[in-house]
Amino acid sequence: MQTILEANLPKARCEQRPIPARAGVGLKPEHVAEILESEADVGFFEVHAENYMGAGGMPHAQLRAIREQYPLSLHGVGMSIGGERPIDKDHLARFKTIAEHYRPGLVSEHLAWSTHDDVFYNDLLPVPYTNAVLNRIVEHVDEVQNALGRQMLIENPSTYVTFSQSSWSEVDFMAEIARRSGCGLLFDVNNVFVSATNHGYSPRDYILAYPLHLVQEIHLAGHAADEDDKGRPLLIDAHDREVCNDVWELYRLVLSRTGPLPSLVEWDNDVPQWPVLLAQAQIADEILGRNLKNNMRSQMPLEAAQ
Amino acid sequence: MTAGQIQNPTEAGFNSGFGAALLDPDIAIPDGITDAQGDVAPKRFGVYRNNVVVGLMEALKAAFPSILVILGEDNFSRVARNFIALHPPRSPMMQHYGGEFPQFVAGFAPLKNAGYLVDVARAERAFLAAWHAADAPLLDGNELAGIAPEQTIALSFRKHPATTIISSLFPVADLFAFRNGRPESGADLQKAQGIAFTRPGLEVIATTLTSGEAHFLSTLALGESLGEAAGAVLEEHPDFDISAAFATAINTGMFLPISTPNGDE
Repeated sequence: MQTILEANLPKARCEQRPIPARAGVGLKPEHVAEILESEADVGFFEVHAENYMGAGGMPHAQLRAIREQYPLSLHGVGMSIGGERPIDKDHLARFKTIAEHYRPGLVSEHLAWSTHDDVFYNDLLPVPYTNAVLNRIVEHVDEVQNALGRQMLIENPSTYVTFSQSSWSEVDFMAEIARRSGCGLLFDVNNVFVSATNHGYSPRDYILAYPLHLVQEIHLAGHAADEDDKGRPLLIDAHDREVCNDVWELYRLVLSRTGPLPSLVEWDNDVPQWPVLLAQAQIADEILGRNLKNNMRSQMPLEAAQ
Repeated sequence: MTAGQIQNPTEAGFNSGFGAALLDPDIAIPDGITDAQGDVAPKRFGVYRNNVVVGLMEALKAAFPSILVILGEDNFSRVARNFIALHPPRSPMMQHYGGEFPQFVAGFAPLKNAGYLVDVARAERAFLAAWHAADAPLLDGNELAGIAPEQTIALSFRKHPATTIISSLFPVADLFAFRNGRPESGADLQKAQGIAFTRPGLEVIATTLTSGEAHFLSTLALGESLGEAAGAVLEEHPDFDISAAFATAINTGMFLPISTPNGDE
């Protein structure tokens, strides 16, 4: 099967556009026609790079059309940044080709691994937080950033297990990756809520300790609820429903510390009709708008704000 | 991909054990993977197992919807589980996943009396390959209008990157169409058919072919001249309508323009 490396894609007519501090939506092929026809008022779209690594046809035609109307963010799910093996050079080359072709405003990947030896597990798998793993991740992020010639963002994970060998807290681990590699951070608020519930810590404390000044984008999504071996709640990062109230609440807390940031709503399974997804983005936009007003007010003299 | 070096040999790698246990529930969860209290937690690890296996199963169902309808949900899942255990994905490009599925089906003992499934699986791969193939211009019939007949016979053509032509001893096109719903009449398994996949625009077109058409067009697609391809098919099918078959090739966009040098393979 042909890949994007063999593609002869027509140039997208677009300059690199910064991602605005507005709500964006994870792009689904089934929504593209309606988005374009209705000229949907959305701040930006984000795509999974792996879905556009074919050589041509409908996927690229759709992405080209979206890219000509909206800022684009490129999100990788298969780089295996946290894997023991070196970064897959072919995969990196494909990723670079997409990034150079579509000129996204932001490029991001996960704190996770998905490939070992030559098996791709098609999931975002957890890493132990140790010095050795940290060194490797910093090298991998470095390699990707050098290849792309730009900064990338790394996303905090949702996890279901912990590793006994971990010697770092997740918050410090993320901060250290960013400090040493110079990458930015993508803050997934749903992942914080899922992991905090699963491991019994406070999501608010996590947020208050997080290096939020390095965050350039936020992710929001829905999760499913299950039970663990001891009958305690175990949340699954399913991206299959609306964002829950707890996560909206934490999102407000994050914005109160960071100010408005590009905020993506992800919905990847049981994908709803476009208006349902758009309504989620509108909630985020509303929160962002109120946050913007509050921020402006706090910078004004007290009398003027009243 | 080549196997890399573990940079710190004093640290046991965690990927191998974790990965092996993901794909085989009989392999124990590696030590040290626990809940936050340090207790072993099979249900928690099971979330990863489930994500991986269900995710791959869904990917196969999406890639082989005709076989899913032919076999039914339960039988398909049984075949797919065996396939996943032997052939996990080798690339983060999930559109490649299932490339070995036709070969696997051919060798899978419980399906040894269902040889037609191999050709349906090949057709479903060809459909996906066409969907993702490079964009390229099409041969326009007008390009041939000015060519003298004696020269026409010496012409050969390069297939468009999206084109695949499959010849089968089975009703491969009728069975491929099961993805749109199982017809009440079923399929006549004694009928030989061919199927062509092309992509003249953004949508993939599946064209049902007679055995003669499949023979003629796949010979052309291999780069043989119009004269040679016609000669070969007329030996087996003396009544074969060359111009009708060639019109099908033009109308469905099987070939590249004669004049442009790029775009093939």
